[in-house]
Amino acid sequence: MRRRLLLLALPFVALAAWGLLVPEVASSAWGLCRKGAVAVALGLGLSALGARGLLPRFLARRLVSLVIVLIGASTLVFGALRLAPGDPVDAILGEQASAEARAELARALCLDRPLLAQYNDCFWDSVLDGSLGHTFDVTPRPVIELLAENFPSTAELAFAGMVVALCIAFPLGLISALRRGTWVDHGASVFALLGVAVPAFWLGPMLLLALTVAVDWLPSPARTDRPVLALILPAITLGTALAGKLTRMIRSSVLEVAQDEYVVAARAKGLSEKTILIKHVLRNALIPVVTVMGIQFGALLTGAIITEKVFARPGVGSLLLEAIQQRDYPVVQGTVLLIATTYVVVNLATDLVYVLIDPRVRLDA
Amino acid sequence: MSRLRRVLGALPVYAGGAVVFGLVFVALFAPWIAPYPADQLNLVNDLAPPGGAHWLGTDENGADVLSALCYGARVAALVGLGTVSLCMAIGVTLGALSGYLGGLVDEVLMRIIDVLMAFPGILLAILLIAITREPSISSVILALSLTGWAGYARLVRGQVLSLRERPFVVAARSMGAPTFWIIRTHLIPNVLAPVIVQATFGIASAILAEAGLSFLGLGPEGVASWGALLDQGARYFLVSGHLALFPGLAILVTVLGINLLGDALRDRLDPHGDRG
Repeated sequence: MRRRLLLLALPFVALAAWGLLVPEVASSAWGLCRKGAVAVALGLGLSALGARGLLPRFLARRLVSLVIVLIGASTLVFGALRLAPGDPVDAILGEQASAEARAELARALCLDRPLLAQYNDCFWDSVLDGSLGHTFDVTPRPVIELLAENFPSTAELAFAGMVVALCIAFPLGLISALRRGTWVDHGASVFALLGVAVPAFWLGPMLLLALTVAVDWLPSPARTDRPVLALILPAITLGTALAGKLTRMIRSSVLEVAQDEYVVAARAKGLSEKTILIKHVLRNALIPVVTVMGIQFGALLTGAIITEKVFARPGVGSLLLEAIQQRDYPVVQGTVLLIATTYVVVNLATDLVYVLIDPRVRLDA
Repeated sequence: MSRLRRVLGALPVYAGGAVVFGLVFVALFAPWIAPYPADQLNLVNDLAPPGGAHWLGTDENGADVLSALCYGARVAALVGLGTVSLCMAIGVTLGALSGYLGGLVDEVLMRIIDVLMAFPGILLAILLIAITREPSISSVILALSLTGWAGYARLVRGQVLSLRERPFVVAARSMGAPTFWIIRTHLIPNVLAPVIVQATFGIASAILAEAGLSFLGLGPEGVASWGALLDQGARYFLVSGHLALFPGLAILVTVLGINLLGDALRDRLDPHGDRG
């Protein structure tokens, strides 16, 4: 406990010293101390709630680590963009730009101020006021507006990819476990291996070539008048890798559970195979699968960046790539923050679902 | 019958081994294997279909696709092996230290790893490459390693935590052996099996990640990696499908082969490992 308090106090001491030594960042250092104190108070409050039993203890612990991870991840994104070699002002304006233009851009980007001031006044203040900074346009807009416009399309794609993966993996994994060693099993293994190895940015164009150009089975994903049909190809492209992973996972999980003693006991008791499969095997075999699905949702979000490029779909990924090309740092920063936050929150939600479907976990926590 | 079965069962291992050997061989001897020099263009013979003098056809500048693929193997092998070596070096060292020393070191390292693992897949690499002026192969390796080592560190730490209290380590400690000596001679050799298995899969995913970055236009500049070839080819895929087909197949076969080898290694070295 003392060690943890020491760990918590360290950044504050460092900030105070920084503020004292460099008077021009004193107000930023003080601002960061206040924000840090709020975060620490939040963490301590959550642990206290957990300790008093007002909040399930595992939930309190996960929420505290959520706070730490989100602060750390944001800091990493901030640091990566600021500490990288190369001057963003040069990158945007070119090296021949006039001194006034450069100064103005540096001010707009908040690059003319000390690092600590950038971190507190520009980065955290824009995160905490919910705008995530402003785009670098003639008419600046809050980054959060752009993200809100583009996120639904990406979430839709990721969700559709998940559905495709489940629709393929669940029956395939189950059948290959139940018919172990037959040609169905071998076929499923080959599919799983290929699914994991095939690059989405290759599968996409090939599916497009095969299904919309060679035979006219599906409308082109560029057509906006039939959104559901247009989603099919991108969803298959995105979901195939996950389908491969999940097929192997479900197969080995079902095989493992099927050997457990309670399944043998259920069989000895004379239950029908159907009841054993549904009530005893599947319920337990699907527990690890849920975790993998949660973790893989983040992979789907990043995979969506590639899939969106393949099919020229609008979304967070297209936004990110466009912002990278235009060197619009606030948008790049905001997009990466959004994806990382979604990922962390989905992982937390997965852990909670895990506890709901597997009561044994709660006792361990 | 059982003999045939044994041969068939070992087939994936041989196939995987052959692919990995092939990749390294082609990467090492690309200038001698490639039928044409890497930079030989022939604008008269652009977008030629596969066959004849150009087995896999030519691209929009008349350059030979097969030769480009041979040189692309160098990028794939470099990025795959480079990323995994760097990740392993950092991850194994820090993971072993963290697990063995425990306390504050462990606490801080684990929080850092939590943060790094909060970034899905290649997201942080996309960010880092995007702000690098002229990304080279080493910047791609660095960008992929920045989050990549965390997985190895967590794996090694878990193993070391259980090894730490085993009699041979306790005995070494009570004899007064120095910490780094214990880590080097007792801990690391005992945790290497799962690390090697993970590293094998790591090579495959680094190759896929690099191809993905290149496809997004964020790959190393000035080198034709398979991902970049695919990105170029995808622009012509309605007129000359072969331009996108072959680089994709190269990635697919390589990743598949390495994964097959990884599966075989896992069965051999780490039979209780996660089979997900």
